[in-house]
Amino acid sequence: MNYMETSNAKNDGKSAKADKKAQKEEQAEQTITLKIDGKDVTAKKGENLIQASRRAGVNILTLCYHDDLEPYGACRLCMVEIEKHDRKKLVAACCYEVEEGLSVRTKTEEIIKIRKMLTEFLMAVSPSGDHMKLAREYGIKESRFKLDENTESPCTLCGLCVRYCDEITKSNAVTFVGRGIDRKVTLVPVASRICMSCRKCFNFCDAGKIVYLVDNILG
Amino acid sequence: MAKIISASKLEKFRTDIQSARAGKKRYISLCSGTGCHASGSEVLSNKFQAELKKQGLEGKVDIRRTGCHGFCEMGPILIIYPEEICYLQVTAEDVEEIVSQTIKEGKVLDRLLYKDAATGTRIEKESDIPFYKYQNRLIFGNNSQLDPKNIEDYIAIGGYSALAKSLFKLTPAKVLEEVKQSNLRGRGGGGFPTGRKWESTANADGEPKYVVVNCDEGDPGAFMDRSIMEGNPHLVLEGLIICAIAVGAHQGYIYVRQEYPLAVENTENAINSAMDLGLLGDNILGSGFDFRVKIHKGAGAFVSGESSALMSAIEGKVGEPKPKYTHTSVKGLWGHPTVLNNVETYANVPFIINEGASKYNSIGTKGSKGTKIFSLVGKVNNTGLVEVPMGTTLREIIYSIGGGIPDGKKFKAVQTGGPSGGCLPEKYLDYPVDFDALVGAGSMMGSGGMIIMDEDTCMVDVARYFIKFLADESCGKCVPCREGLRHMLHILDSITAGKGTAEDIERLKEMAEVIQKSSLCALGQTAPNPVLSTLKYFEKEYEAHLRGECPARVCPSLIEYYIDPEKCQGCGLCLKNCPVDAIRGDRKTVHVIDVDKCTKCGTCYEVCPDKFDSITKISGIPTPKAVPKGTPIKPLRR
Repeated sequence: MNYMETSNAKNDGKSAKADKKAQKEEQAEQTITLKIDGKDVTAKKGENLIQASRRAGVNILTLCYHDDLEPYGACRLCMVEIEKHDRKKLVAACCYEVEEGLSVRTKTEEIIKIRKMLTEFLMAVSPSGDHMKLAREYGIKESRFKLDENTESPCTLCGLCVRYCDEITKSNAVTFVGRGIDRKVTLVPVASRICMSCRKCFNFCDAGKIVYLVDNILG
Repeated sequence: MAKIISASKLEKFRTDIQSARAGKKRYISLCSGTGCHASGSEVLSNKFQAELKKQGLEGKVDIRRTGCHGFCEMGPILIIYPEEICYLQVTAEDVEEIVSQTIKEGKVLDRLLYKDAATGTRIEKESDIPFYKYQNRLIFGNNSQLDPKNIEDYIAIGGYSALAKSLFKLTPAKVLEEVKQSNLRGRGGGGFPTGRKWESTANADGEPKYVVVNCDEGDPGAFMDRSIMEGNPHLVLEGLIICAIAVGAHQGYIYVRQEYPLAVENTENAINSAMDLGLLGDNILGSGFDFRVKIHKGAGAFVSGESSALMSAIEGKVGEPKPKYTHTSVKGLWGHPTVLNNVETYANVPFIINEGASKYNSIGTKGSKGTKIFSLVGKVNNTGLVEVPMGTTLREIIYSIGGGIPDGKKFKAVQTGGPSGGCLPEKYLDYPVDFDALVGAGSMMGSGGMIIMDEDTCMVDVARYFIKFLADESCGKCVPCREGLRHMLHILDSITAGKGTAEDIERLKEMAEVIQKSSLCALGQTAPNPVLSTLKYFEKEYEAHLRGECPARVCPSLIEYYIDPEKCQGCGLCLKNCPVDAIRGDRKTVHVIDVDKCTKCGTCYEVCPDKFDSITKISGIPTPKAVPKGTPIKPLRR
């Protein structure tokens, strides 16, 4: 019974992936026109709003997004306002696919307010990383938020290392443990033997936390 | 057992059970839900078996161990049918007398009946007790008549007739239309129209389709879904199969949390016995329709109740929300169209199919039809599960059914909607309870938790409690929820410790807005609600805390215990019980608390005899200077 369950699940997964690939190839042929910060942009169907924004010369800063990885939607720095059929909504640009006639605004007052506060949240955890670019852009010298205890790591939990290890190298040697405010990144025993020779995820870590982890745990 | 292969065979099976039972009307319904189980119903059941045997009634009177009856405050509850004599708080010592007097002689034992607090009269029938009288128990009412482990009990009262009707008399499109017409809205919290959800799954491309029951109930103080799943699992199962017919699914999942062992057990049992009878599995009732159900036991994360997280968990992944701008009804489990509904939503379906949408529409308010089950807990006399038509006022629920606030205390607030809901003050007591009215008042229906708070509750402490809960239960994936809640909790901690500033309150409001707007899933998007609603209605309490006063005298850092020298009788009880030896005094002299040693545990306050009432909690004003050692007491005048 159990065997049936897992094999079914796997089959489902495989066929879904194959479907997706075929779908993407088909979509690549189609183009979509939308407006980003007032500029008309042509994008490929299936692209997300971050990719489309680049075409408009608008660079949306994020921590957790990477072109090679599945959208994750965790840092929320890429929140943008979309408008269609006269209805406005805030969405994470990395997870939202382009739609015909969509109007996107990346720098409204509301969005800047959100980005500023998220930046302050992140500064309280980590003094380094891409969010510091936003801090400089918005002139935030110091976060109003302080953590009580000295956090041992500058990790912003963007999950690039975890996801790269899962999706690209398929080693699953880096993982999250804990929940809520106790969440952290750690190395998986045994599986992480590969880390010393691999080290591919190091390139993704602006905060340098993963280097620290690998060096300290594996010596 | 042989499978039932047609609708008429099901009817025959039903009438056979009914006629076999016709001659044996007397039975004892003993509540064995989680509440009554804890107060000893298992012991009672064994004692009854032995006693019936001893008094020569073995086989003549059945004991039906049923699911929750709802009046948990007064458990264990038993009802003797056919007279419907309801005995409350029954103990093992009462069993012999119940058998010899009530069962044999038909004499009612007055002392075990419900006693009306106002008039002192005893009430014999369950349905006449005020707690039940004002309810409309459409979903929950059958709990007291059936043993959840016995499918025949469910069939005897008409069970699975809605399934037969859906298979043979209606088409899937008509089933869907009936549910749409009923205006049933999801009972899990959001209140999304169920028919519309089913329709989008029915119309979506992608086979296979799935139907899923969400029994990951996790709100503090809520136990409605648990009690339905424990007490009447076939009702939910029947609703689920009907949904599968409507959307064209052949595989269902029931997501139950592992912490509900009785619910898991009874659901497993229900699935197996329905399979045995051919009500589940291949070729259901000979109709050619196949449907199977699996149970998925949740590992106990609150966030797994969120649709995308729940589906990740069923897929075998970590139960974390995923970003989704496409509804799970179109792209759910393994990317396939999936209907996910709450336990209570499915439990409404058989009634709608049997009685029709127009009858269902006659119950409730304009925008919210049917009934809703609430778990009424906190500072209220009658704790338990309450099912009322939508539109019933909070006052009716809290006072007519709940019996008001204990010890003559004053009502302060009612918290509805679980951690994502809000606290409503007294001025909303006459508000009708339905999806839209509660949202309008700044709270929400949620899944039906209702926590009553009296004047001794500190609203800042309540907000802090819920934010702590959510900070622990957040998955930690997205920044606003994880970091925002961390800092919100930090600020609330400092306010309750008397270290807050006016700036903190402004900051809370500012953070709340950002967390609501930018969080990944509904947990984060609604997480600031406890803070916002308490700030909206009880901002004065926050301000008092900034001045160093906790008006409800709850926050330990802001209160001090003080022995009134005018009232102390020098009995020494507080001195004996103080765990840190912070009280000094001799017999017949006034006792004094050493504030430097005191840990504010409140033990002295609890043990001081009511007739002396000499210990008070002081907050916001300086504690009076201690009287000199050896000050004689002022004896009470008799």
